[in-house]
Amino acid sequence: MRRAFCDGMVALCDDPDLVFLTGDLGFNALEPVRDRLAGRFINAGVAEQNMVGCGAGLARAGFRPWLYSIAPFLYARAFEQIRNDVCLHNLPVVLVGNGGGYGYGVMGATHHALEDYGVLLSLQDMRVLIPAFDSDLSVILPGLLRSAGPAYLRLGMQAPNLPEEPPWYQVWRKLLSGKNGLLISVGPLAGFHWQGLAELSEVDRPTIWCLAELPIRELPDVLLQDIRRSGLIVFAEEHVACGSAGREFSQLLLQQKVGDVNFVHLTAKGYPSGRYGSQGFHRTQSGLDEASVRTLFGA
Amino acid sequence: MSIEGGIVVGKEILRSATKRLLRMHFEAGVGHIGGNLSVLPILLEIFHDVKLPDESVVLSKGHAAGALYVSLWTKGLLSDADLGTFHKDNTLLAGHPPATGLPEVPFATGSLGHGLPLANGLALAERLRGTSRRVFCVTSDGEWNEGSMWESLVFAAHQKLGNLCLIVDRNGLQGFGRTSEVADLEPLEQRFSAFQCDVHRVNAIEYGSLQPILRECSSDRPRVVIANTVKGRGISFMQNRMEWHYLPMSREQYDQALLEVCNG
Repeated sequence: MRRAFCDGMVALCDDPDLVFLTGDLGFNALEPVRDRLAGRFINAGVAEQNMVGCGAGLARAGFRPWLYSIAPFLYARAFEQIRNDVCLHNLPVVLVGNGGGYGYGVMGATHHALEDYGVLLSLQDMRVLIPAFDSDLSVILPGLLRSAGPAYLRLGMQAPNLPEEPPWYQVWRKLLSGKNGLLISVGPLAGFHWQGLAELSEVDRPTIWCLAELPIRELPDVLLQDIRRSGLIVFAEEHVACGSAGREFSQLLLQQKVGDVNFVHLTAKGYPSGRYGSQGFHRTQSGLDEASVRTLFGA
Repeated sequence: MSIEGGIVVGKEILRSATKRLLRMHFEAGVGHIGGNLSVLPILLEIFHDVKLPDESVVLSKGHAAGALYVSLWTKGLLSDADLGTFHKDNTLLAGHPPATGLPEVPFATGSLGHGLPLANGLALAERLRGTSRRVFCVTSDGEWNEGSMWESLVFAAHQKLGNLCLIVDRNGLQGFGRTSEVADLEPLEQRFSAFQCDVHRVNAIEYGSLQPILRECSSDRPRVVIANTVKGRGISFMQNRMEWHYLPMSREQYDQALLEVCNG
């Protein structure tokens, strides 16, 4: 997804207000952006607090700064700068966190982003975008360049082998129709679940929806229809339960007076075995992998 | 007006602003007066005789918001009635600078170590726009305990932000001790020089010390002015005493402080 991000950014480089700052990351990926932006591409060094504050200053002066790093180095290290300098002033700073969830896999826990959007959504005016597919970026990036306030872009690492071309980007998208319950997955996880469940017959598989933007502002009518006819709703996300999209979603269900459903929330469980591995390994440890989801639906 | 003539006027502005600052803090019943008194000559001089209308000031030591508000009052940008709302419910003038509502205040500050990164962004923006506008960042001395200040200084020097002017309110006292006892900053000139800054040290107890140094920034290095000041400046029972980082004034103390300013 980082390659698609880079291609998408290159397409935006003619905007004279775009400034790109990286926390000394992006080797073998961001060079084309650097070359196109020249003086508006700045390696801010391994100094994320300065990078975020500096981004706020640039935005205050009318620029559109994009700040890039491995996700936790950005949202966790410089949280107070995001809170005070960016969000208190509702400045259009785009925070780009590479490696959402367990994306950095066996690189270890320090590089994982399991509580990123929960933490950031607690700040005023923050928007979170979680593209599910590379193609989503061609829609998301131009929109972010015109964003009125702060935003966090959570980039995934691995791409699934999709059974077909994904539908055009929307906040809520139906990926697959089925008659065995409803599965809602957040961001790239949806593609993996789609890949893992598509081979099942329509009778045996759930309907799959993908959610790609937070906070959840509405539930589309078509989704509500799917919700109301599903006895089992599974909501899956590569994020801890606290501050999760699933909890926000379940509150919306209550407000919609959807009561008589079996609701299962799958979340990142941290490191239950104390062992480390690939992103797939950690998804399996948390019960987020395709096989675990299939089992939930009795498939 | 000549610099000398401006300084005479400036000294009167400083006396008037000091009295208004004391009244504001007394009426609000709040502390932080010591560091406000130390930085007041610096802010007044920047707003009256150093910065151009379209140049920016970032008050990194946000706990000196009172001195900032009074400086804006001396420029006619805040009214007496505005200052009367300081620290009260429904005010714009909180104990630390607000995020919105005051065009001369670009950022809410108060958590130390934020002002320099923000000023870096403003200074970088001016350079990218190709202007010669300067950005003034006023810091405390204690906040140089923060790692974010030093990482920002590395950035400023590396980016050759010669339009960035840093003024350090060197009053020697911080939250719970003297800077020399908590985390000694000296030799401060050498430290800033080692970070490739253009370093100056001045006595800034009175009005008029900054203009000769800050009249223009011509180098490609960030300019740092270590401004020697006194916490609780000009008030005998407050000067150099840490408790005036916190204490509100009693009626008697306020009256005595006013008397000393008038006789000073």
